[in-house]
Amino acid sequence: MDKLLLLGDEAIAQGAIDAGLSGVFAYPGTPSTEITEYIQDSKQAKELGIRSNWAANEKTAMEAALGMSYAGKRAMFCCKHVGINVAADPFMNSAITGANGGLIYIAADDPSMHSSQDEQDSRFYGDFALIPVLEPSNQQEAYDMVHYGFELSEKFHVPVMMRITTRMAHSRAGVVRKESVKNQNKITLPEKKNQFILLPANARVQYRELLAKQEGLIAASENDGFNKYIDGKDKSIGIVACGISYNYLMENFRDSECPYPVLKISQYPMPEKLLNKLYDECETILVLEEGQPLYERLIKGLLNKGKQVKGRLDGSIPRTGELSPNLVGKALGMNVKEGFPVPELLAPRPPKLCDGCPHIDSYTALNEAMKSYGEYKVFADIGCYTLGALPPLKAIYTTVDMGASITMAKGAAEADLRPTVAVIGDSTFTHSGMTGLLDCVVDNVPVTVMILDNGITGMTGSQKSSATGRIESICQGIGVDPEHIRVINPLPSKLEENIKVIQEELEYQGVSVIIPRRECIVWANKKRKMAKKAK
Amino acid sequence: MKIDIILCGVGGMGALSSAAIISKAALSMGMYMKQAETHGMSQRGGDVQSHLRLSDQPIASDLIPEGECDIILSVEPMEALRYLPFLNRETGWIITNQNPFVNIPNYPDLDAVLGEVKKIKNHILFDADAIAKEVNNPIGTNMVVLGAASKYLRIDIEKLEDAVRSIFGKKGDAVVDANISALRAGRAVADKM
Repeated sequence: MDKLLLLGDEAIAQGAIDAGLSGVFAYPGTPSTEITEYIQDSKQAKELGIRSNWAANEKTAMEAALGMSYAGKRAMFCCKHVGINVAADPFMNSAITGANGGLIYIAADDPSMHSSQDEQDSRFYGDFALIPVLEPSNQQEAYDMVHYGFELSEKFHVPVMMRITTRMAHSRAGVVRKESVKNQNKITLPEKKNQFILLPANARVQYRELLAKQEGLIAASENDGFNKYIDGKDKSIGIVACGISYNYLMENFRDSECPYPVLKISQYPMPEKLLNKLYDECETILVLEEGQPLYERLIKGLLNKGKQVKGRLDGSIPRTGELSPNLVGKALGMNVKEGFPVPELLAPRPPKLCDGCPHIDSYTALNEAMKSYGEYKVFADIGCYTLGALPPLKAIYTTVDMGASITMAKGAAEADLRPTVAVIGDSTFTHSGMTGLLDCVVDNVPVTVMILDNGITGMTGSQKSSATGRIESICQGIGVDPEHIRVINPLPSKLEENIKVIQEELEYQGVSVIIPRRECIVWANKKRKMAKKAK
Repeated sequence: MKIDIILCGVGGMGALSSAAIISKAALSMGMYMKQAETHGMSQRGGDVQSHLRLSDQPIASDLIPEGECDIILSVEPMEALRYLPFLNRETGWIITNQNPFVNIPNYPDLDAVLGEVKKIKNHILFDADAIAKEVNNPIGTNMVVLGAASKYLRIDIEKLEDAVRSIFGKKGDAVVDANISALRAGRAVADKM
């Protein structure tokens, strides 16, 4: 087969299609979005009838993937790291039920927080749930690992996590496909009728079974080839290189052989025998992890009474942020090259709302309406409109997690802060805002919720929003008084009337919803281009 | 042979398209390549960059090590300066458009910015927008800069032209021709220097 030029995300997607995938389930989130998009756009996936629509959120997506696995077919779930938090309930419990058809959970972490609110390391979740984690170091490995992951999942009847990071997700390289495409599984129901019934009596049995699988999973990590022990003559340092940190290590030895023994890790649980060998033979250990110092801490042990273990905890490598070839070289005490310093005059260029973006008009009206009430009263959410925090708008005071605008505004109102406003996008509202709105209605708390409806999931690049065409009926169904569901058109020409509507609802001592509705400008342009192309 | 390139600019200015064209050309020449790019939040009017690595040997890191970049190729002069820590001090080139893209209130004094570019021994600093307009492709600035850089890329310009055909082919002959003339006009600038 030809070499394809694929992003890490795309390599995973093509790998899944070729490995007999029956469905992908996901909510968009950088840097994971392109996996699902690739499958949605793939002609091959269409012909194979692979399901790929976006889900309302990560929890619904993961549960649906688990349901497909229950029916015996191969399913994949994809999200960004914080999406695993949303799906944590099915994540932890599906480790206890185990899988039937092959089940892979992709978690795309974002160290250095290029597009995220934290840099949590999803490998902790894998360790926590006692399921295997695969961490590819290059695009070819990512492609191959999807095949392997499905087989591992079906062999041990466990979900398998694949953890990637931004540089893996959004870096392109040549990938060679497998010769043949695996057929999809037929419906095969679980052998044990109570496998998926987590009544305490069953769950205790299942949990013991999960623990019993660990030995086999460690043996797979030792023997299946993704973890490699590469010996070296200089035993002063033994290096554990996880995921793409292996590449940064090898970049430092481009023109010579690495003199130190290296344990390349791309599969967890840790291969204990190989790790023991490295620890026994070397004087010190350097642990390279793209993310948080999970295995550095475990290898070091709480009491730190063994050999010197270097990494992020002792400052050999910075405690936060991505790794790079230079950081790894410095940790090895090598002379690394330097370029020129950045000139002092350089100004940062943060992202901003696009020219013509409807959110600008929504915030302009809101800022005017809020003038008499003072600062600290607008709670916002995750999406393009988070950029409303930056000058010149400076309109919002919180951004924490998907849906938190409504519930934080509610809690602050219950602390007698008046008025409180929640600002949330249409897609974020159906992701995690609806239940919070229900809480507001049930407690009849005076909160003004602005649902910015631009008809699309904008920040991640125009994915279909589950909210489109449903917002008013959802709000009514939840119990918001229809007289206090107000739709406005966020345009500069409508500024005065929009300010008036917001002011009226701020005065209302109950739950009100204002829906500024105008299409995302990027999406509108994309649609125009697609229409032109279709002609 | 190995060549490390940083392509940079502001979201929407075409830095990533240039990266895609070089990648395609390199792949057609049977070279190894890795290309890391910025997606997501930064694309909304923020700074974007792509690390593009080409070699006749397998490449380890997706990111270019500091001090080893051969060419910084930029469609905007201040953005070129942002990546100076990556540039090879002895042999590195900056090839950039001289016209600023001002979407921030605190854009520094332009003469000072251009002065910093000129401090780098190997640089091509030119009005790529004017050349793009001359060849009737006012949105082809990124292609003009790519054309100028092609002299130092060690990739035949014909291969780049083939890549343009393959990537823009779907959009019709007019788009392909406009981009190829911008590419050639940029190359002519570098050849005259």
